[in-house]
Amino acid sequence: MVEIKNLHKQFGLLTAVDNISFQVKKGEVLGFLGPNGAGKSTTMKMITGFLTPTAGNVTVYGHDIVQKPLEVKQRIGYLPEGAPAYPDMTPASFLEFIAQIRGLRGEDKRSKIKETIKQVNLESVLYQSIDTLSKGFKRRVGLAQAILHDPEVLILDEPTDGLDPNQKHEVRSLIKQKAQEKVIILSTHILEEVHAVCTRAIIIAEGKILADGTPAELEAKSQFHNAVTITLHTPKDNVEKIRQSLLKLPGVQKLEALMENNSTLSYQIFPKAQHPIIGEISQHARKQQWKVEELHVEKGRLDEVFRSITTVG
Amino acid sequence: MKLVELTTRKKIRLFRQSVVLNREEKKEKNLMRANLIWVLFRRELASYFATPIAYVFIIIFLFLSGIFTFYLGDFFAREQADLSPFFSFHPWLYLFLIPALSMRLWAEERKGGTIELLLTLPITITEAVLGKFFAAWAFTAIALFLTFPIWLSVNYLGNPDNAVIMISYLGSLLMAGGFLAIGSCISALTKNQVIAFVITVVVCLAFILSGFPLVLDFFSGWAPQIIVETISSFSFLTHFSAISKGVIDLRDLIYFFSLITFWLFTTALLIEMKKAD
Ligand SMILES: Nc1ncnc2c1ncn2[C@@H]1O[C@H](COP(=O)(O)OP(=O)(O)OP(=O)(O)O)[C@@H](O)[C@H]1O
Ligand SMILES: [Mg+2]
Repeated sequence: MVEIKNLHKQFGLLTAVDNISFQVKKGEVLGFLGPNGAGKSTTMKMITGFLTPTAGNVTVYGHDIVQKPLEVKQRIGYLPEGAPAYPDMTPASFLEFIAQIRGLRGEDKRSKIKETIKQVNLESVLYQSIDTLSKGFKRRVGLAQAILHDPEVLILDEPTDGLDPNQKHEVRSLIKQKAQEKVIILSTHILEEVHAVCTRAIIIAEGKILADGTPAELEAKSQFHNAVTITLHTPKDNVEKIRQSLLKLPGVQKLEALMENNSTLSYQIFPKAQHPIIGEISQHARKQQWKVEELHVEKGRLDEVFRSITTVG
Repeated sequence: MKLVELTTRKKIRLFRQSVVLNREEKKEKNLMRANLIWVLFRRELASYFATPIAYVFIIIFLFLSGIFTFYLGDFFAREQADLSPFFSFHPWLYLFLIPALSMRLWAEERKGGTIELLLTLPITITEAVLGKFFAAWAFTAIALFLTFPIWLSVNYLGNPDNAVIMISYLGSLLMAGGFLAIGSCISALTKNQVIAFVITVVVCLAFILSGFPLVLDFFSGWAPQIIVETISSFSFLTHFSAISKGVIDLRDLIYFFSLITFWLFTTALLIEMKKAD
């Protein structure tokens, strides 16, 4: 369990992290979202003990990071932003070094290194110097280093940045597969990633938490939440009639035309107060005997929520 | 009565056992921490040899040692079988070569962002500082060791006092440690290796010059004797020249060790204070 209480970080006049508090329990995968410069990396640096908080504290399984840094650092695997690694080393020697620092020995060390290499697909570049690796492979080395000792807490700063789609998929399944017995905090700019791996998301901007909830809860804040898209075929002179009849339905607030050409109509229909209206509309469509081609409900769009929350005014 | 005695004895025994256990636990813990420094040390030392730095440094070091000794030092004309010209140039050799070695110690970690990786591993800053410093020091020891052909030739040409030579080597290594500790500290201040190099040269130069007759004369004209002595006692030259005459004075050893300790301590402090800048 990771507990963050009233965390604050000041860089001169700039407040990078402003009084942030949250807890993450075992089994949770927390996604950190926020615009550039929001304070995501700074928060992670304080959790991992690289930066000392200006105020507030971080405890990991009961140990305070400032008072008991070694106890905490032993439990954490950390992928810093940009996945730094020693350029003159090879992935093989680098992982060996990390394993030794982590106190792994003998058979245990060998098997953990081997397993990690397999998990992040590093076999092909094991003996090439890190300096000459492509960006994606560098990221994978950083990831390997973080998960090597099978830590209780994983802090990953943009873990899939720079990976190809296959690797992204693999890393996400790796995270999901490890999630059960770990606390995982990751930051990302890819909103679909939040859907794919996170059980919870926190949106921060200018150092403050603006939203905290499951991806579904966040989506529910979207104005698209429960909006219905309907596409149907109809002769041209019916268009106005159809539009009016939709607007007259009691649950409907407004309607936006996505397509209105000679034979195909497509509308996005927004409900009043985000109540579900799909039932009402499909009933109506059946009664009017419209030739419906497509009818579906929006869950809400995370990117739209993100934008509306993080842009002021 | 007897019963009481027994129980107190038992208590004492138990207490002793627990003390022994505690001691052993502590010993094991210390061993583990020392092992961490050893792991860091090996990685650092290997990284010198993974890049051209090691080879360039060693070749230049040997080349300059040779030039200084045989040409500038009038090695042959002196017709004396000793290595004092060789050693008397070491402060000047180190003045430019050691900063070139020490400049990367921390500046490179900052620049490449690996400092974040290193300092979030379960090690203390002191351990990191020591591991890196010892690696750099060991590297200079290797370079110094490779000057042995000069020692061989002086033995071939005459009958030098080899004890004096050994002590001089020791003194030279200690002085190199002093230079490196200063360099480590200054390297911790910046992510720019060129800046680290230049500032280190200047600071080291001050530590050499403070023992120079010219500088001391300048002060002795007006400053009280005690200040002049203090200034000169800070000098590498004063202490190194004593050792390179073959005299091991405890005070010279203490000087170098406390100098190294002081600068390394400051290194750790600076890194703790400005890790992220
Ligand atoms: N060492 C530092 N000194 C001064 N300011 C800093 C320092 N590190 C970060 N900042 C500032 O703190 C703020 C938060 O930065 P941070 O790196 O945490 O953002 P982020 O949310 O990770 O952004 P990104 O999405 O771009 O990675 C930024 O305004 C940044 O300029
Ligand atoms: Mg960041």
